[in-house]
Amino acid sequence: MTMPFGYVSPEQVMKDRADYARKGIARGRAVLVMSYGGGILFVTENPSSALHKISEIYDRIGFAAVGKYNEFENLRVAGVRMADLRGYSYDRRDVTGRALANTYAQILGTIFSSGGEKPFEVELTVAEVGDTPAADQLYRLTYDGSVADEEGVVVMGASADEIGTALREGRSDDMDLGAALRLAVRALAGADGETREIPADALEVAVLDRTRPRRTFRRLSDAAVAEVLAEG
Amino acid sequence: MDLSDGTTLPAAFFQPGSSSFSDFLSSHAPDLLPGKRAQLMAAATPVDAPHGTTIVAVAHTSGVILAGDRRATMGNVIAQRDMEKVFQADEFSAVGIAGTAGVAIELVRLFQVELEHYEKLEGTTLSLEGKANRLSLLIRNNLPMAMQGLAVVPLFAGYDLEAAGPETAGRIFSYDVTGGRYEERKFHSVGSGSVYARGALKKLYRDDFTEADAILACVQALYDAADEDSATGGPDLTRRIFPVITAVDTNGFRKLSEDEVATITEAVVAERMQNPGGPQAPLR
Repeated sequence: MTMPFGYVSPEQVMKDRADYARKGIARGRAVLVMSYGGGILFVTENPSSALHKISEIYDRIGFAAVGKYNEFENLRVAGVRMADLRGYSYDRRDVTGRALANTYAQILGTIFSSGGEKPFEVELTVAEVGDTPAADQLYRLTYDGSVADEEGVVVMGASADEIGTALREGRSDDMDLGAALRLAVRALAGADGETREIPADALEVAVLDRTRPRRTFRRLSDAAVAEVLAEG
Repeated sequence: MDLSDGTTLPAAFFQPGSSSFSDFLSSHAPDLLPGKRAQLMAAATPVDAPHGTTIVAVAHTSGVILAGDRRATMGNVIAQRDMEKVFQADEFSAVGIAGTAGVAIELVRLFQVELEHYEKLEGTTLSLEGKANRLSLLIRNNLPMAMQGLAVVPLFAGYDLEAAGPETAGRIFSYDVTGGRYEERKFHSVGSGSVYARGALKKLYRDDFTEADAILACVQALYDAADEDSATGGPDLTRRIFPVITAVDTNGFRKLSEDEVATITEAVVAERMQNPGGPQAPLR
């Protein structure tokens, strides 16, 4: 029997869709998320101070994304709504990063495998800060809905592997914020085999500070970032 | 309401355009909104439920103080001795509530999430008027319940970051059961003992109040309210139950510690031992 005209195998369809999504994601500047002694640090190069790639979801949960802004913004809003609804109808302690990561995985997976819609060109990290660095949870979600529970470091976007290697080599659980931020910026600047100077106002930096009660998310101002970088 | 982990989220979660948590609830989970429950309730037989009583607010030269007594009553019975009726609304505002305690506490919870939700979605906080108007809407939505005797009347106080200076930054908003919102000058009180508290504040208030002066005025006013109104609880020295006092200034919200309040209240009580009527305002 001959194949019907225009037949494309399911493997080919999925591969094409994956290639499409990957291309969109690889264009974006890298976002890195890492555990340090005082919490979880988020750093990315982002000249805009209004359009964030890093944001707060709930008391101990942060969100970072690369890819198409409108798509991950949609997911972020849905995540905040889900977290606030859950915290309001149960208790603040019942909002977990794991549940959120699961929901994101379902959304991304469903859209990736449905024939009608184009896959999301995004990659996300859901981070939940614990009482100790060992209790931190970092979930990395890719465009096809797969979830990975990462240890200590997640890097997404362009040159992710290279930056990830640099971070894993330099990172330790007892680092303070200054050391962690300097390491992160060095890793970002050293990607692609060249060393650039990244000015503080081109960086978007935030932390989930494990020492704070209730809402742990806090953005670092350009001035605070510049001060920390100058110390190194 | 579907919160199961195994399925993707309903469309309401992806609806663009609104940064309001209560708008989201009304489209996705209306049963969670306090006011929407009125039609489910049986015929208008008055329900016997605990009532919270007196809340006072005093603006001063560097911010504003919001304080409340601790008593909840149900008819002639003291339903609770140590209820807290003053809450943090967000980083720069506080809300106190008088009226049906159960509904009031739920409304405060909703208001807190409403402000935090907006802040997270928009990346910026609401203006102080915006917060006050939002609270107004929540109270208005509760009107059907109020008609059945379950009224809630809040008092909202905040530090206006856009004010010309700290002297005018502490602002107070009062409400009626229909959601009417009124900005108050200098000081205000709500609840069953509010008439007596406001009388006391009227005589005690001075334009040059520091934070410590405003706190003391609040304690005096609550003492006077408890003195005249059986539903307002006075300081309970035997059980060590003292008023809840919160302060909002340029550094944000702060709730005074139990020890701080105990020291101030004990001094007031000691002074009242000599003079039960409290400090006297000059006649001329």
